[in-house]
Amino acid sequence: MPDRRFHPETLAIHAGQIPDAATGARALPIYQTTSFVFDSADHAASLFNLQTFGNVYARLSNPTVAALEERVAALEGGRAAVAAASGMAAEALALMTLLQAGDHVVAAGALYGGTVTMLAVNLRKFGVETSFVDATDPAAFAAAIRPNTRAVYAETLGNPSLVVLDIAAVAEVAHAHGLPLVVDNTVPSPALCNPIAHGADIVVHSATKYLAGHGTTLGGVVVESGRFPWDNGKFPGMTEPSPGYHGVKFFETFGDFGFTMRCRMETLRVYGAALSPMSAWQILQGVETLHLRMERHGANALAVARFLRDDPRVAWVSYPGLPEHPQHALLQRQMRGASGLLAFGVATGAAGAGPDAAAAQALARGVKFIEAAQFMSHLVNIGDTRTLISHPASTTHRQLDPQQQLAAGVRPDMVRISVGLEHIDDILWDIDQALAAAVG
Amino acid sequence: MSDDIASLRRILKGSHTIAVVGLSAEWHRPSYFAAKYMQARGYRIVPVNPRYAEVLGERCYAALEDIPYPVDMVDVFRREADLPPIARAAVAIGARCLWQQLGVRSAEADAIARAAGLDSVMDRCVKIEHARLFGGLHWAGVNTGVISARRPV
Repeated sequence: MPDRRFHPETLAIHAGQIPDAATGARALPIYQTTSFVFDSADHAASLFNLQTFGNVYARLSNPTVAALEERVAALEGGRAAVAAASGMAAEALALMTLLQAGDHVVAAGALYGGTVTMLAVNLRKFGVETSFVDATDPAAFAAAIRPNTRAVYAETLGNPSLVVLDIAAVAEVAHAHGLPLVVDNTVPSPALCNPIAHGADIVVHSATKYLAGHGTTLGGVVVESGRFPWDNGKFPGMTEPSPGYHGVKFFETFGDFGFTMRCRMETLRVYGAALSPMSAWQILQGVETLHLRMERHGANALAVARFLRDDPRVAWVSYPGLPEHPQHALLQRQMRGASGLLAFGVATGAAGAGPDAAAAQALARGVKFIEAAQFMSHLVNIGDTRTLISHPASTTHRQLDPQQQLAAGVRPDMVRISVGLEHIDDILWDIDQALAAAVG
Repeated sequence: MSDDIASLRRILKGSHTIAVVGLSAEWHRPSYFAAKYMQARGYRIVPVNPRYAEVLGERCYAALEDIPYPVDMVDVFRREADLPPIARAAVAIGARCLWQQLGVRSAEADAIARAAGLDSVMDRCVKIEHARLFGGLHWAGVNTGVISARRPV
């Protein structure tokens, strides 16, 4: 009998966790331990040689964290995954494993602000250069590729620009040059989009957001498709003996999960941003209900987008779930929903006052809107059960200069809403009264 | 060809003696990794390779037909073209399973084994499958595909 192909809702509850071998515990035990005993000196040697699989030290692996890793790998349709202490740690783990001094990255311009800084400032410090291109133009990615390019990086749904990446088209560009496409799939979550199915090679997540869903816990995950040909000559770190792990050849030894093993044994082991078992457990409590939550986040966000679109107090609204969004067709082709993030600008009443005065008023009104909210929380997280609002230009993207902000899709008057799971009538009520305060 | 979880579990649980054709004595070769792992899990490994007298503490035989006791599984680390005669030898010595390693898919060998009533596995690593189905690989974050409400046994 062929193995059953289980649905994502089932994987979200079961993948990566069967009843505990020692106790029969049905729910996932929290293995709150730093270290694991060896059965013998030979067992220890086999573990260190990677000849057998097992746990040594929780900076490398931990059974509770492994449940999260396998579950996200299964939800993404990937071969293997490795968790990290935060979304940024996951991103750093993937990029620092892939890249070395002298390498070059082609990245979408429309990215989370922290990611722009990691690429443009922090990795540059170590000799890695990045070219930022228009995320909506696959030809721009192709044009920016150089002989020393080693990765193409983008977000499936840009935060907060809500630019939709044509994953298949950009993957084709990357693969034509022998490069892996690394995609941050945080905003749609695996419930709404599986980049690997469209050609992505590595997927990173901030599990802090929709995967956990409760706004309590930081975490990140790197997923590997298992399909990238690491022996194409551009990635000696995957094929040559590792100086960082006593000569192991990661691709030859571990094949389609070699990149994950290298992330774990070379990068996580040394830089140390491992996820705690308690955090993995908390994130997994959220993952079990991911699909139910994403349905409601999306329905509520669409209702908010329609309300804002039809309200004269609002200048513009951006939500790829609206049919008038320029990338709505691409979204429908590639995703099962538009997630819970949207952005808008409050209208100005300063007709004829000149563009600078109008912009200043729009900004002031956006700030007033945020301050007038009753239960919508002014903070910089997304993907919480609670509705969250923020002003990206002065918070998450504050470290970018105005030009970088525009490239990241951040207008000065932009208000970002991460629509939560409260009753839609209450969310619309709070938006309505805050708009009244903003323009009143 | 057997490729589903239930069949692979049955084969791995029902086999105790594994003849490893093409086993290398070099510690960093995949065949050595796999055989050492299976030996540590309680399987008796029978090296088959004319180049060696002994590997992993076990006497090494030049050919399957030279092994003086019954073998449950024949695990093959050889090129595809070498597979059909090895499949015939596996049938001749009464093995119950022919296992072609990761990257090896000889349809002819598969047909020979199945026609004689043997289980046949292709293009899979015996070590990775054991770790996937009986624990270990999961700890490395690998998507094992195992969905179950029973304790691992």
